[in-house]
Amino acid sequence: MRNISVDTIIKEVRTLCMTAATTLGADVKDALKDALKKEESPLGKDVLAQLIENYEIAEAEDAPMCQDTGISIFFVDIGREVILDGLLSDAINEGVRQGYEDGFLRKSVCHPLTRKNTGDNTPAIIHINIVEGDKLKIRFAPKGAGSENMSALRMLKPAEGLEGIKSVVIDAVSAGGGNPCPPIVVGVGIGGNFERSAILAKESLLRPLNEKNPDEELAKLEEELCDELNALGIGPMGFGGMITALAVHVNITHCHIASLPVAVNIQCHADRHKEVEI
Amino acid sequence: MSAIRLTAPLTDKDIEGLRAGDRVLITGVIYTARDSAHKRLIELLDKGEDLPFDIKGQIIYYVGPTPAKPGEVIGSAGPTTSGRMDAYTPRLLDIGLKGIVGKGQRSPEVIDSLQNNKAVYMAAVGGAAALIKRSIKKAEIIAYEDLGPEAIRRLEVEDFPAIVVNDSVGADLFREGVEKYRRVK
Repeated sequence: MRNISVDTIIKEVRTLCMTAATTLGADVKDALKDALKKEESPLGKDVLAQLIENYEIAEAEDAPMCQDTGISIFFVDIGREVILDGLLSDAINEGVRQGYEDGFLRKSVCHPLTRKNTGDNTPAIIHINIVEGDKLKIRFAPKGAGSENMSALRMLKPAEGLEGIKSVVIDAVSAGGGNPCPPIVVGVGIGGNFERSAILAKESLLRPLNEKNPDEELAKLEEELCDELNALGIGPMGFGGMITALAVHVNITHCHIASLPVAVNIQCHADRHKEVEI
Repeated sequence: MSAIRLTAPLTDKDIEGLRAGDRVLITGVIYTARDSAHKRLIELLDKGEDLPFDIKGQIIYYVGPTPAKPGEVIGSAGPTTSGRMDAYTPRLLDIGLKGIVGKGQRSPEVIDSLQNNKAVYMAAVGGAAALIKRSIKKAEIIAYEDLGPEAIRRLEVEDFPAIVVNDSVGADLFREGVEKYRRVK
């Protein structure tokens, strides 16, 4: 067994929140630079050049790259040999509270009906998995609403098959147009049930952009979908262009014989994700 | 491509010279407002009361900035999705609002209203918030401080970069741009 103090978790979560807001991962930086090489539209090129300049400024000045510093999402893998001296979710929320305050990040969480801001960006959205071992792995993504709002979930008939699945993805991206701040990353969750498909889609967005899907068939589907999305012509910020999506990520799991759930979670170009292992 | 320099507030003549796809650099005074502030502005109009600023000729920028660090004028300040303000926008255009800066597409009602009121909708680059911040020289909350990031701010901007999306003659950069690059059979 291994003891981990919640104080350590608070400190690590605070750092994750602050660094994710200001520093884009190398995978996303490379994808944006690659997009600039491939883009043909003059306005699209302008947008991509501004995005590259923006992440450079953000990193150099320790400033949030986007003013929407998001709702805080965590995927936590906790080893079954780990013993905590407090509640995991409380520790994560306290880390968010401190990170958003100390990092001068925007607090963007409110009551759904009164719309009153909670003032500290909590509660975070936390997904917990118990795994083998004595480590605690925390993956964090601050998720802006511009892209999140363009997401979709459909319960297809099994007869609609792969073509039906592709249509759900293409329809969601078409409907979103310039709203989700393209070039986007598209997370697709296929199977499970209503909520599982959405979680799969969200989790797929945490995979680095330069990491291929280990499943050959899914890797092929991701490439096909990405090409089809780029053929829509939406382009950077929706001004028209060759690059609408930087990548498509697909996660699947088994589902009921009568169901074919498909969830599409859209991520903007400020594809912030960071992780830490304690 | 070179950019058109605009001085805010705007005149009809400024608007007439703008076409969808033009790059602009805005200098002058603009006001911020997003979801909750719009709701309150419309409530004031419903009650027949004055708005917290004279809207004639003005530009509204849809933004909710991050908190300013000590010594800074404002935090990161990129545009938010404009479509959420569609329900409120025609009312404001009818009373003299001339320019809007946001991101993403507008409803047909807003596009019509822009044309009828000789006004223009522009997009800033979404997510370029640290870059855009550099063009904001002064910021002051003038209403609804309780709304935090959603408060109405008076901004003094210099060479604030934007692109004309919907002009006063009904052109739409999103529609035209996407048609040009669409490669779906």
